[in-house]
Amino acid sequence: MGEIILNTSLEAVPLQAFLIVSLIMFFAGIYGFFTRKNMIMMLISIELILNSVDMNFAVFNRYLYPGEMEGLFFALFAIAVSACETAVAIAIVINVYRRFGNAEVNNIEQMKE
Amino acid sequence: MDYTIFILILPLLSFLAIGLSGTALKPRNAGAGGTVVAGLVTLLSYYTAFDYFTTQNVNGVWQSVTPCNFTWLNVGEKLHIDLGIMLDQVSVMMLVVISTVSLMVHIYSLGYMKGERGFGRYYAFLSLFTFSMIGLVVATNIFQMYIFWELVGVSSYLLIGFYYSKPSAVAAAKKAFIVTRFADMFFLIGILVLSYYTQTFDFGVLIPGDASLFGPALGTTFMGVSAMSWAMALIFIGGAGKSAMFPLHIWLPDAMEGPTPVSALIHAATMVVAGVYLVARLFPVYVGFTPEVLHGIAYVGAFTAMFAAVIAIAQTDIKRVLAFSTISQIGFMMVALGVSTGMGLSEHEHGGLGYMASMFHLFTHAMFKALLFLGAGSVIHAVHSNEMKDMGGLRRYMPVTHITFLIACLSIAGIPPFSGFMSKDEVITAAYGFSTGMGVWMTVIAGLTAFYMFRLYYSIFWRKEYKVRDGRRPHESPRSMTIPLLFLALLTVAGGFIPFGKFVTADGTQYIIRLNVTVAAISVSVALTGIGVAAYLYRRDNAYPAHLAKGFGKLYRAASNRFYIDELYLFITKKIIFNGISRSFAWFDRHVIDGAVNGLGRATLRTSQAIRGLQSGSVQWYAWVFLLATLLITLLAIW
Amino acid sequence: MAEQIIFYLLAAVIALFSVLAVTAKRIIRSAIYLLLVLLATAGLFLMINYHFLFTVQVSVYAGGIMIMFIMAIFLTHRPGEDMKRKAVGKINYPALLSIAGAAFCGCIIVNNVSRAYNYLKGGEIGMRDLGHAMLGIEKYQYLLPFEAISVLLLACVVGAIMIARKEKEKEKEKEK
Repeated sequence: MGEIILNTSLEAVPLQAFLIVSLIMFFAGIYGFFTRKNMIMMLISIELILNSVDMNFAVFNRYLYPGEMEGLFFALFAIAVSACETAVAIAIVINVYRRFGNAEVNNIEQMKE
Repeated sequence: MDYTIFILILPLLSFLAIGLSGTALKPRNAGAGGTVVAGLVTLLSYYTAFDYFTTQNVNGVWQSVTPCNFTWLNVGEKLHIDLGIMLDQVSVMMLVVISTVSLMVHIYSLGYMKGERGFGRYYAFLSLFTFSMIGLVVATNIFQMYIFWELVGVSSYLLIGFYYSKPSAVAAAKKAFIVTRFADMFFLIGILVLSYYTQTFDFGVLIPGDASLFGPALGTTFMGVSAMSWAMALIFIGGAGKSAMFPLHIWLPDAMEGPTPVSALIHAATMVVAGVYLVARLFPVYVGFTPEVLHGIAYVGAFTAMFAAVIAIAQTDIKRVLAFSTISQIGFMMVALGVSTGMGLSEHEHGGLGYMASMFHLFTHAMFKALLFLGAGSVIHAVHSNEMKDMGGLRRYMPVTHITFLIACLSIAGIPPFSGFMSKDEVITAAYGFSTGMGVWMTVIAGLTAFYMFRLYYSIFWRKEYKVRDGRRPHESPRSMTIPLLFLALLTVAGGFIPFGKFVTADGTQYIIRLNVTVAAISVSVALTGIGVAAYLYRRDNAYPAHLAKGFGKLYRAASNRFYIDELYLFITKKIIFNGISRSFAWFDRHVIDGAVNGLGRATLRTSQAIRGLQSGSVQWYAWVFLLATLLITLLAIW
Repeated sequence: MAEQIIFYLLAAVIALFSVLAVTAKRIIRSAIYLLLVLLATAGLFLMINYHFLFTVQVSVYAGGIMIMFIMAIFLTHRPGEDMKRKAVGKINYPALLSIAGAAFCGCIIVNNVSRAYNYLKGGEIGMRDLGHAMLGIEKYQYLLPFEAISVLLLACVVGAIMIARKEKEKEKEKEK
């Protein structure tokens, strides 16, 4: 028992552990996206998903290609893009709120004739 | 002889110029232009004839000359369709006939059609017709002939339907076109069969053809008859349609709905003899390799001649009488061709007499029939009616028309010294040479011809005094109409004395026509009998014709109704073809084919309605589908 | 050793609070939980020696984006309102799918990510190298994406303003 703890404690954190963490975040985000009616809530779920993806990229970069920087930069740019997307989405949500009085997603379901 | 290309091109240019300028061209100028071109064509044709008949004689045989011939379309390895001009004795004669009659009609129409709507259109179509007919007679190969054959049919359609606001004229034009087109279908099949076996369209190869060229065609048989006979018979059927042989004659009487000069040009002198010309052109092939078809042609021609003559006796519309007379005379020409037994024509051999007689009769018939029609047009112009009952005693008012009409009637009846006597005599002589029965038959028809023509003459110019209505006295036609009459009358008188045998014979050798006194005496006496009976019945108004008509009863009624052939055709097309065949096809088309297409449309609509739910507009639904699909693909990728 | 403990701590925070974020009743709580998740993620980034990424995560994500969210929540909600959850049928399909999906992917990860990987106990990536990579124009250098992102940011800012601005009084009168 002690050896196991020692062994595991002397090694670095395994890659699978990071991946499991990001997996939980990802599916939590998916659950939230499908279940919630409020548009902001959906946006929050999307942020969770994006965040899990960033973490995946960074971790893969660190563990598989330690000398390179691709994953790092991808995560960086993904964060920037996510910021833009959130800004525009919130502007739309505010418009919907002004029109309908609440920011629920079933207000905007009707398609053009 | 390269200038002959202008004979073809000038009318075409005239057609294009007059036709395309439309109303921009004043009617007077259109008429003048058309007539000038016709005059030029006539002069060129006369010069061509002069040139040909003075230079192309080699050892007493007329040669055929091909001034131009170029390949238009290559069909297969050996077959090719050419366009060109071939001049031999028959085509040069036809050129003279066509251009002369065309010029006469052009001049005549200046007076007859004056003031009509569409004057320019009329002259354009006349030019088109002239072009097409000339192209037909100078054709170097059978396919070019077919092309111009169709063009002639189109011109005829356009001209018959000239008064396009009259329903009867439109119907007549349609009928003419459809009947001749139907016959042309057989013509085309015949051409294809013949060219399949001989691998050529060219007359230059077909006419001097020998057993080696026609061997495969003669060898193959279909239903007991050789392919060659089929081909030649089918080609004749095409000719029969155009020449109004029984039973394809139904269009010609109705074609009289067109203006009278048109009837003179197309349906008397030129287009209807196209069938005769076709058989004459292919005569060496007919007489050398398929003599049985030639006999068939003779029988068809003989029957048609009698049939038309009987109907003509009972007609009251003067143009209809002339139409049936035309059918009958063309029957004469066909008989003359059909009774020929060989190509040679000389002191000892008379096999080719029929050919020469037929061509001679074609020449003279064109002249006097055109004269008859133009004269009838003059009468109609004065009296404003076509019916015989509205006429009578017109000899006092229209002397020129009267005399020229009389000359033409004498000619067609076969009285010497007019041209009709000369040519008809040769025809009957040839018929006697075939069999006595045929000779007697043709003589009887000649008698009937004399009878109904003089019935016509007396009914118009004698019979009773003309009742002047509304103070409108009939007057002689203007000079533009009487000059052609006089010119044609001159040709009718003088034409008989042309030594035709020197110019046109089957094998090109020269032949001096000798009068067969026996035959001449018999035919003249029969003709005089006919004229006598007609004079007795019709010179003065009396009750004999009515008694005779009642006496003949059913026969008379059938004849005046043209033996109900039109009703028969109508019955066949309406009851059998439309009701029986067309209806089921129409049902099939509406329900099966349209049904399939509509069903496809309906299925698409239903499918789209089913799938429509996928586009719900809800973002979460879209993401749901997306996620499921992704997981599915992942699963598939892993396994 | 310390690393492991810190990792498991942060991992637990992330897992717990992300689930809480999507199931909270009130939206502001959801936003706060998200904030905590983001901060914990930043911590993880720090742990694997990506200092620049840690900085950006904290300043842009946790700092900028969360502020935007909270402002949006204030702008579109009456305070104290409870959020209604979507009515779910007999079987909670999304939950089922999520758990099933997680299990599926988890199996894949645990069974297959066993190839040798190279964990170098190296130092951080120097800022100089990072800077050169970000603004260089050779292979594996990111000047073009950098500039593109900046244009994108500009466009998004302008777009957001255009979409969200209030209709002027004049336009409203024109419509009438």
